[in-house]
Amino acid sequence: MPDLLSLFLAKYNYWVVIFLMMIGLYAMMAKNNLVKKIIGMNIFQTAVILFYVSIATKHDASIPIIGHGHNGHHAIHAADYMNPLPHVLMLTAIVVSVATLGVALALAVKAYQQHDTLEEDEIIEQLKTDYLSQQ
Amino acid sequence: MITIISIKPLIAILVSLLVIPILASSRKPNVREAWTFAAALIKFGIIASMVPAVLAGHTLELTIVPFFEGIDFKLRVDAFGLLFALVSSFLWIVTSAYSIGYMRGLDEHSQTRYFCFFAAALSATVGVAFSANLLTMYIFYEILSLSTYPLVTHHQDPEARSSGRKYLLYIMGGSIGLVLPAMVAVYLMTGTLDFASGGIFSGGLAFAQALPLLLMFVFGFSKAAVMPMHAWLPAAMVAPTPVSALLHAVAVVKVGVFCVFRVITGLFGPDLLQALDFGTLLCVIAAITILVSSLIALSQDNLKRRLAFSTIGQLSYIVLGAALLSKSGMTGGMLHIAMHAFGKITLFFCAGAIVVATGIKNISEMVGIGKQMPLTMAAFFIGSLSVIGLPPCGGFISKWHLAIGTIEAEQFTMLAVLLISSLLNAAYFLPIVYRAFFCTEAESMFENQFKEAPGWCLAPLLATAVISVLLFFYPQPFLTLSQLAVSRILGG
Amino acid sequence: MSAQFPALIIIVPLLAALFVNIAGWIRRSLCFPTALAALVVSFLSAVGLMGRVMADGDVIYRMAGWDPPWGIALHIDHLNGIILILISLVAILNLIAHRTSAASQFTNRLGAFYALYLLFVTGLMGIVITGDTFNLYVLLEISSLSGYALLGMGGGRATLSSLHYLFLGTIGASFYLLGIGYLYIVTGSLNMVDIAGILPALENVAPVKVSFILCLVGLFIKMALFPLHTWLPNAYSHAPNPAASLIAPLTTKVMIYIMIRLILTVYQPDFAFIQMEIAEFIQWLAVIAIIAGSILAYKQNRLKRMLSYIIVVEVGYMVGGFWLGNAAGMTGAVLHVLNDAMMTLCVFLAAGAVMSRVQFDEFKHLQGLFGKMPYTMIAFVVGALSIIGVPPTCGFFSKWYLISGGINAGHYAFVAALIISSLVNVLLFFRVIEISYFEPFANHHHSHNHHAESLFQEASLDMLVPLLVTAGLLIAMGIYAHILVTQFIEPAVLPSLMGSL
Repeated sequence: MPDLLSLFLAKYNYWVVIFLMMIGLYAMMAKNNLVKKIIGMNIFQTAVILFYVSIATKHDASIPIIGHGHNGHHAIHAADYMNPLPHVLMLTAIVVSVATLGVALALAVKAYQQHDTLEEDEIIEQLKTDYLSQQ
Repeated sequence: MITIISIKPLIAILVSLLVIPILASSRKPNVREAWTFAAALIKFGIIASMVPAVLAGHTLELTIVPFFEGIDFKLRVDAFGLLFALVSSFLWIVTSAYSIGYMRGLDEHSQTRYFCFFAAALSATVGVAFSANLLTMYIFYEILSLSTYPLVTHHQDPEARSSGRKYLLYIMGGSIGLVLPAMVAVYLMTGTLDFASGGIFSGGLAFAQALPLLLMFVFGFSKAAVMPMHAWLPAAMVAPTPVSALLHAVAVVKVGVFCVFRVITGLFGPDLLQALDFGTLLCVIAAITILVSSLIALSQDNLKRRLAFSTIGQLSYIVLGAALLSKSGMTGGMLHIAMHAFGKITLFFCAGAIVVATGIKNISEMVGIGKQMPLTMAAFFIGSLSVIGLPPCGGFISKWHLAIGTIEAEQFTMLAVLLISSLLNAAYFLPIVYRAFFCTEAESMFENQFKEAPGWCLAPLLATAVISVLLFFYPQPFLTLSQLAVSRILGG
Repeated sequence: MSAQFPALIIIVPLLAALFVNIAGWIRRSLCFPTALAALVVSFLSAVGLMGRVMADGDVIYRMAGWDPPWGIALHIDHLNGIILILISLVAILNLIAHRTSAASQFTNRLGAFYALYLLFVTGLMGIVITGDTFNLYVLLEISSLSGYALLGMGGGRATLSSLHYLFLGTIGASFYLLGIGYLYIVTGSLNMVDIAGILPALENVAPVKVSFILCLVGLFIKMALFPLHTWLPNAYSHAPNPAASLIAPLTTKVMIYIMIRLILTVYQPDFAFIQMEIAEFIQWLAVIAIIAGSILAYKQNRLKRMLSYIIVVEVGYMVGGFWLGNAAGMTGAVLHVLNDAMMTLCVFLAAGAVMSRVQFDEFKHLQGLFGKMPYTMIAFVVGALSIIGVPPTCGFFSKWYLISGGINAGHYAFVAALIISSLVNVLLFFRVIEISYFEPFANHHHSHNHHAESLFQEASLDMLVPLLVTAGLLIAMGIYAHILVTQFIEPAVLPSLMGSL
């Protein structure tokens, strides 16, 4: 039992990531409201972002900003600073996530304008009746 | 024996293809027909010009583009291919004349489309004849299937639609489902698909591999109408008669047996088949088709359907000729391509002439028709003699060779099959002629006045009938070409 | 100038997207020429680049001068060189073909449409040209987002279908991101070639395996491999035609390219095929994809939907062929990427042309099309023959390689699936051809040339010409398939295969 707990604690970041991903997936699948699905998607993407950020940390490391400019003469010990690369990558990924959010919301707004509801089952019902009346 | 690099085979194929845009844009029917004739004559001329070189023992070749490692898009004119090309291109001239009479006589629609696809089909046929390897042949085979589809379904009514479906099902089903995998397998085994006189399996082939491959080829080339892949042929009789005549009595079905012949002689080779004792197997398959189709033909009342089943049987004669793996057998098979072509096309032309002149399609309604259309029925008589294999018609020569071939190969059952089927042929042809000419005044359904088919229909059928007789006395150059081809195959 | 080709390929359409959007506000007629010019520059750069690759070998372009693995490198070899040309060509042909229909469908948003169009192409070109795994993710999302927007621009069912595609596509891309994240943890690098150098020496293989699976599943979602294909039929069949015929030929193929690139360059064939031990599972999945896709396609009675399911089948061909793991299978898969893009473009353009004259694409509305639109239908028939696999069209040659690969690998189920789906394709397409050729049943027996004249209602010229060019290319690519294979594909595929296995 303590082994399991220590296992969990040692890799708690991965567990959080997985937990968030599953919440996000669940929301996307099970929720009926389009906006809730979109929120779920965002949670899912956030989980992945969290994953990257979490792997950048090191023991007793500080944030990756060099405090006083030394004209680059001082040697920097990489072990004192967190890995900046994943942070940078995730800035991009956050932008991507926001863009995705934007597109998704735009489509949801359009769906609302067309069908007057954001509930997926009602929309599908409306589409079905439209299709059948077209035949 | 030298190999001449020549562009002639390519031009022979392209002539009819290039004329299509001209045909499609012709405003006046006479201009269009004139161009068809021009193309046909040029095509025949080019093919005929290659005869001296081939008779001297040379072959003409042309490599166009490579397809895969070891397979090129390659044309080769050898004796066998030239024989087939000669027959097809000559008969295109004749059929074009006949088409004019028939299509105008019945005021058929979409004649431009008809002539265009006809030209395309002839391109593909000559392409098959001049293919140097299995892949090139397969390509032209497929082009032929597709260009004949609009011809078969010309009338565009529900009947044509279902016949078209059957046509596609059997023919494309066979080529994609059976020939394609077999072809790829052969390529993977040997690294080449070029036809060679000893076959291409230089290392020999195991029974377990050879049998499925052979069967896939024989049944996959469904145009050869080997039973049970024959059902498309009677269904295709809904097409206009000139289509039925050229394509189903000469070009399409002959392409099928040509392909089977090539596979047997150029891919597997007589030695390999002999060693595996597949000759007998193929003979049995052919024999079944011959006998069953002849029996079914007896029961058909629609003249074209009877002729269709007769064709199915005659095609298997050619397969039988190849299967006998003997000198005379193969010569007879090859020769039969030519002889049967002239005989059968006469018969189909007569059937069409009867439709144009009287609108009658069934044999039971043709009692006494000889009084009204003596020339047509006389030609019909000659055509039937040729198909049955009686002198003085060309069909006798090919059947004689086949008979000798069965003795050479010691397949005496096949000799019996040949004789029985000839009797059956007589049984389903001669009564038609007899009832047409010899009947009492009361039985006759026609008045005793001369009212033949239009000239454009009559002249071609008389021409082919006369040629059928001429071929008996002078079967050249077909006989020499087939003998040359066979000696190449067996000589190695 | 030629040294900057790699950058030009991406930057020109990217900037042009911005300008087109602005041009859309100023004067609408400027949009089309701007977009066309940008794509032509891309196309010519791609051709020039391919020439350089063939002459000098792989081209590596360091963005902003930073050396990999710190900087982003664009890496062009034979494989992506030819796909770059393909993407730009398809984009140009489609742009020209849908000039008038886009102008009429999107009148007020024309600038936006062309901007999204260019962004989509930029994204795809970027995916193909990049040598950096994270850069690939970014460009993947650029093209996906533009794709979602383009597909959602039609009304009605397009909105919801596009939203579903968005959800699934995002999941897929996120899996990919997660996968390369794991790869980054163990290798510390994002550059493909660099990772490939580090991976073989690793002790701890578990993260690598996990990353491989995650990337693969993400890509399978994006390429619509059965059973992860559910977004595709809706998204493509409800989309507006100008968008559908751009996205359908390209998206899935580029995703397959990513898979090929990852396996051949990053993970190496030895790891992917032998150590992972999933090759057989994926081969069988592909077989199921082919059969299931064919059955589903058969049940459709609308043209675009049927074509969408055929895309699912084609993906099965390519995935199955590649995962056979032998030279013939891989060659066939890559050749099929090229061929399928063209064939799909041809049939979707034909469907678009038909729908520009006949409002709906249900089969019952396709009657008599051979009389009304003969040239369109001829091009459609050529496209159909290519999909069926009839020589001399290109589809036959890639099928040949795939069948050879199947026989060589002893995987006869795959061969059987290929043959069966070819036969099913015959049924599918001839069903459509029959309806447009035979019906409506009228008394055809007497010539009515006058009737034919009044019936003729062909698509507009700017739709017809690209369509016929595409159909012609299908035949040309078939006849010259040998050149494509020996000059472009084998140099791309064989070295990785030989070196590794």
